Amino acid sequence: MIPNPQLTNPLRAEDFNSEHFPTWCPGCGDFGIWASLKNALVKLNLPPHRVVLVFGIGCSGNFSSFVKGNVFHSLHGRALPAAIGAKLANHELDVIVIGGDGDGFAEGLNHFIQTVRSNINITYVVHDNHVYSLTVGQASPTSMKGFKGKAHPEGAFEYQLNPISLAITSGGTFVARGFAGDIPHLSDLIVQGVKHRGFSFIDVMQPCPTFNPELSYDWYRQRIYKLETTGYMPDNHFKAWEISQQPFDEKIPLGVFYREERDILEDHFPQLSRAPLVKHDLSKIDITSLLEEFM
Amino acid sequence: MNNPAQNITIKIAGEAGFGIKIAGATLGKVLSRMGYQMFDYTEYPSLIRGGHNTFEVTVGERVHHHTRPVHLLIALNQASVDLHQSELSFDAGVIYDSEKTKPGTGPWKLYPVPLSRITKDVGGSELMKNTVALGAALAVLGAPVEGLLAILREAFAKKKQTIIDQNVKAASSGYQFVRDTFPELFPHQVTRLGERRQMYVTGNEAVGLGAIAAGCRAYFAYPMTPSSSLLEFMAKKGPKVGMVVRQPEDEISVLNTAIGAGFMGIRSMVGTSGGGYSLMVEATGLAGITETPVVIYMGQRPGPATGLPTWSGQADLRFLMHAAQDEFPRLIVAPGDQEECFYLTAEAFNFAEKYQMPVFVLMDKNLAEGGKTVAPFDQSKIKIERGEWVSAEDIKKEGKYLRFKVTESGISPRVLPGTAGGIHETNSDEHDEYGYNIEDIPNRNAQMEKRMRKLERARAEIPPPNLYGPKDASLSLVSWGSTKGTILQALEELSNVSVNFIHFNYLWPFPTQDAVKMLQSAKQLMVVENNFTGQFDGLIRQYVGIVPQHHLRKYDGRPFWPHEIVDKVHEVIK
Repeated sequence: MIPNPQLTNPLRAEDFNSEHFPTWCPGCGDFGIWASLKNALVKLNLPPHRVVLVFGIGCSGNFSSFVKGNVFHSLHGRALPAAIGAKLANHELDVIVIGGDGDGFAEGLNHFIQTVRSNINITYVVHDNHVYSLTVGQASPTSMKGFKGKAHPEGAFEYQLNPISLAITSGGTFVARGFAGDIPHLSDLIVQGVKHRGFSFIDVMQPCPTFNPELSYDWYRQRIYKLETTGYMPDNHFKAWEISQQPFDEKIPLGVFYREERDILEDHFPQLSRAPLVKHDLSKIDITSLLEEFM
Repeated sequence: MNNPAQNITIKIAGEAGFGIKIAGATLGKVLSRMGYQMFDYTEYPSLIRGGHNTFEVTVGERVHHHTRPVHLLIALNQASVDLHQSELSFDAGVIYDSEKTKPGTGPWKLYPVPLSRITKDVGGSELMKNTVALGAALAVLGAPVEGLLAILREAFAKKKQTIIDQNVKAASSGYQFVRDTFPELFPHQVTRLGERRQMYVTGNEAVGLGAIAAGCRAYFAYPMTPSSSLLEFMAKKGPKVGMVVRQPEDEISVLNTAIGAGFMGIRSMVGTSGGGYSLMVEATGLAGITETPVVIYMGQRPGPATGLPTWSGQADLRFLMHAAQDEFPRLIVAPGDQEECFYLTAEAFNFAEKYQMPVFVLMDKNLAEGGKTVAPFDQSKIKIERGEWVSAEDIKKEGKYLRFKVTESGISPRVLPGTAGGIHETNSDEHDEYGYNIEDIPNRNAQMEKRMRKLERARAEIPPPNLYGPKDASLSLVSWGSTKGTILQALEELSNVSVNFIHFNYLWPFPTQDAVKMLQSAKQLMVVENNFTGQFDGLIRQYVGIVPQHHLRKYDGRPFWPHEIVDKVHEVIK
């Protein structure tokens, strides 16, 4: 994270508003995530031009036109690879990836697991509404068993994916869950995630009143509790996994499940140690000694 | 060489896993340093071990391509004799293990050498049989052994002294055995030609060197023949030259990662073959609509699906032209030989950045893995042109920044993310000049037309195709990519026939004004390509309105041989 010395006036959340007001449905959890991200960037003192925001495709992807920053709106499921490329090219800028559950856990699941493994220093915020909403209501990998989506009139059959457990098992170094209905808490999680040196994953419980009305704000509020209020310490891999396995329809813990300091992908490349790739001087390349090897 | 006009071909064959390729490359380096030109060709099945591998190299004063027949066969096992007898010239020599291999019956000069026994005597492992055979081959060819010994010392410089000594002894013993046992002169002699400063490189190495010279800062690839050796080369050189090299989880990730890096402002490149490229199709469109520069190396091999993994073809041109939904500008360049691999790869980065679009370097297995002697690459000929950019000062003056500004050229200047005032949205959705999602008609048309204008500007910048041979000829051969060497080699034998050769490096956008002129002024055209349907032939029909009179096509995974071209030309011009 680079502090911004040129900034004279303190940043305000409104500084991140684009010229377009969000087109999400009234009551959509995305509004809470939108507000939390802006709050977090203010707290981090990161003005729009110092942050890279990479989006997937879905209702969460449409966010890309509702916020100011260095925005890259990628393909469905491909936000993480694009973000890895961006980060490797200029690791001095903070990179935050925003996607959805269909985007990240269906189309992009392989990228998710592999990016967790890489521990690249970026933050991944998932709008997890347990349904495909931009395509108007099909089941997603995190839909509860029996969820009646438009493509699943008899109810979703497959086992409900648990992204928190998956991230812990895949070597995640910052694994957290937030709630779109608790903006101060989610803002703080995003701040912690960006400050974490490594890959930070925040799975956000996002009510979708239009296509998944059963999982309403009230439904969540009856089940959520904050790990940090229970004396839980996020430093044990096994305990983290165990607590992440609580039945979803009974108890939904929020907060940081697991945190660990480990080498990040960028450490692996001595090429990045002196200056970011984007600052390399291309006018001084000399391949003479390379050519000699072939003579 | 007794007859300097006559090139000779040497073939090394044996079981996979026994270092056939390394032995071949070593022999090639010895002959390169003796001043010969060379072109090599490797065949290997898609197996890790246990199959049959061959390396052949054509050596001479002027070599464009490898030729048959084979003049000297180094047979490291019985199969090598059995499989390759039919490829030998009537005066060929065969070096084989006198204690393990039965020679075939034919007019050939036989060189039974106890390869395994000599290897054992010098204390080496069975793998070192190659080295003994190389020493023996140089003796047969009348070449000094010192060059080989020097290269062995260089190759094993980091190994233990005993390893170096064993190898040097193995080579010398093989050499001495032939000198002592076979006093009669072999008809094909390779004596020292004299000093010639040249490099001996494969197509992939030349592409890698071109990318490095062009300032490529990130290379992403998932292993796939014939691109894997480029990934290995880049991985080895990356830390030294300041380029990040990474093997992501799949080709989908590969191209999306490279596009993310390109968005951020560095030169990035990916490498793959047809199957892997199939997974990159989606992201190719992303590069198209987000106007992100990226260089895509595509090494063709026959398919579809897994196809013939370790063989060669030219059947992916139309695939690249049309890959991904809808229409957007892209450029396809196909090097014809190892020199063009170097210079055109570097040029690919310039086109990608100037026009902010995906640029393909279209290769094939023959060119990718084939080694050739070339004049040392001249880095001073490489200009790095990064296209149009705006700075924080420019933006301050202008008062705003529009990433997708509609301009006459179609090119909207880029900004380095992180620049004050330079925020914008790089958007895979159709977008307005800032980058916001927008779906109205005037904007869609303005952005679409702006993007497509870049292609017209690029078309005007593309150099003309290369003409080889006389300006006027009754038959013009037309080809693209790696068939260049074969045809140039064939032309050497067609000096009495009225034939010339138009070779295309730039395949899309097609055609350029120069190309139309050249094709229209030709009397008769014969299009030579390694595919079934005549993909480039079809482009000439579709975009130039000419129906080429003749064609020569091949899709068996093997390269064209010069003699096949010669025969077809004689058939057409009676």
